Amino acid sequence: MIKMTDVFKVYDKGIKALKGVTFTLNDGEFAFLVGPSGSGKSTIIKLLNGEIAPTDGAVMVNGYNMNKIKMRKMPYLRRTLGVVFQDLRLINEKTVYENVAFAMRVIGATNKEIRARVPYILKLVGLEHKTGMTPPELSGGEKQRVAIARALVNDPQLIIADEPTSDLDPARKLEIFMLLQEINKLGTTVFVVTHEKTIVDRLSERVIAIDGGRIISDGMDGYYNYEVE
Amino acid sequence: MKLSRNRTGYYIKEGVVSIFTHGLMSFASVCIIVAFLIIMGSFALIALNINAVVGELENENIILVYIDEHLTENEARAIGTRLLATPNVTSARFITREEALTAFIGRYENTERFKDVDATWLRHRYNVFVEDIELISQTRDDLADIYGVAKATANLRIAQGLVTLRNIVSGASVIIVAVLLVISLFIMSNTIKLAAFERREEIAIMKMVGATNSFIRWPFIYEGFILGVFGSSAAFAALWALYGLVADRAIDVESGLISLISFSTVSVPLFVVFTVIGFGVGVGGCGMALNRYLKV
Repeated sequence: MIKMTDVFKVYDKGIKALKGVTFTLNDGEFAFLVGPSGSGKSTIIKLLNGEIAPTDGAVMVNGYNMNKIKMRKMPYLRRTLGVVFQDLRLINEKTVYENVAFAMRVIGATNKEIRARVPYILKLVGLEHKTGMTPPELSGGEKQRVAIARALVNDPQLIIADEPTSDLDPARKLEIFMLLQEINKLGTTVFVVTHEKTIVDRLSERVIAIDGGRIISDGMDGYYNYEVE
Repeated sequence: MKLSRNRTGYYIKEGVVSIFTHGLMSFASVCIIVAFLIIMGSFALIALNINAVVGELENENIILVYIDEHLTENEARAIGTRLLATPNVTSARFITREEALTAFIGRYENTERFKDVDATWLRHRYNVFVEDIELISQTRDDLADIYGVAKATANLRIAQGLVTLRNIVSGASVIIVAVLLVISLFIMSNTIKLAAFERREEIAIMKMVGATNSFIRWPFIYEGFILGVFGSSAAFAALWALYGLVADRAIDVESGLISLISFSTVSVPLFVVFTVIGFGVGVGGCGMALNRYLKV
């Protein structure tokens, strides 16, 4: 669950990224976060995964108070999240299997658990035949799916996807969003940052729009009500 | 327990894989450790050899204690117990005036001119050996104060020279080793920093998927440990071979003049020191290098 209450974020150089952002995403929900470049989307993602702290206001993520969380507790918060980064952040030297297994290894899973879980997740995202390949050998869509598999493998309470389809063709984009919807139907909360107006409109999910550091609309009508420049 | 074994295996595997993945960097790290340890080990061996030579010379540096000529031989021998009770004295060898005269005459080829010399012209005496050559002046004065002792003499200039030489060698060795240790730690840390910089993305990903700092550190520590132990073992073997060559040559060329201490007498402590330093530099360098990449 995400709960942001009147959150402000001012960066060191005085840039005001967020100006009183308030919204709640309950367990099991699916929501898009949309808005133009520089509107504060990335700042929200960084606040949610603990990369930065809010200047003012309250941020709660999966029961962790991000205003008071200690550095030694941060890994445990992050284990409740599955983050799909905009730049994917895959390890090029590791195979598809190792990239996914690596996320389980980090939380102390045994080899037996890894051997049982990783093939299942790779099958779920349709990569069961690419396990031995490395990211440079994969297409853009396949890389996205590896990143999603890695985010899913520890069965997180919340998936955060930051522009997960930025470099894909329209068919692959829809495929990835539908995959995220399927994951949501299995009970995982999904929060997706995107610019994809057409797909957002088509999927009929909750849409939170942000501009200039403020939430300008939050609707369940499934439409991208904000005009991206 | 199962989890711990599982993780340890993973850490070691990752450490070993990283050594080969970053082969050039690993090679550079090992070379630094080997070079440092060979230089340090060479200095240590030179210092040990000089100390051994000084030690031998110290043993030959004695205090001559002359007994009052009015005392009989038995009375002179009785003084020996008081000499031995003096602080810093390790042993005392009694020499009768007759033995002293024989030794004196023995130094010359033409003994004819000493035929009229009477042993009573000389005094009974003791060769007194001391434990600490630095205290020889005080010991000489203490011996001279004993009742029945006519005079006590020692070559203070030689003694002082030996003390100065030993102190210089010891001091220089400590300074050089300390400086080399700091330099090699710095270089090793920078080398690992480069390796960590190369892997900063991987470390950042690990942090983002919930890795604890210790989980990230352990493979690097194993990597440093393996490089350190490998480097120290290579340095030990190289130094052994080099020392053997030098020792053979010294004995061949300067037979009788230079006697080097045997490598086997110092091999165990040297190996332990090398391993500890190799481990310390490898693991310490890794620890120092990683800290900045863990603050995510």
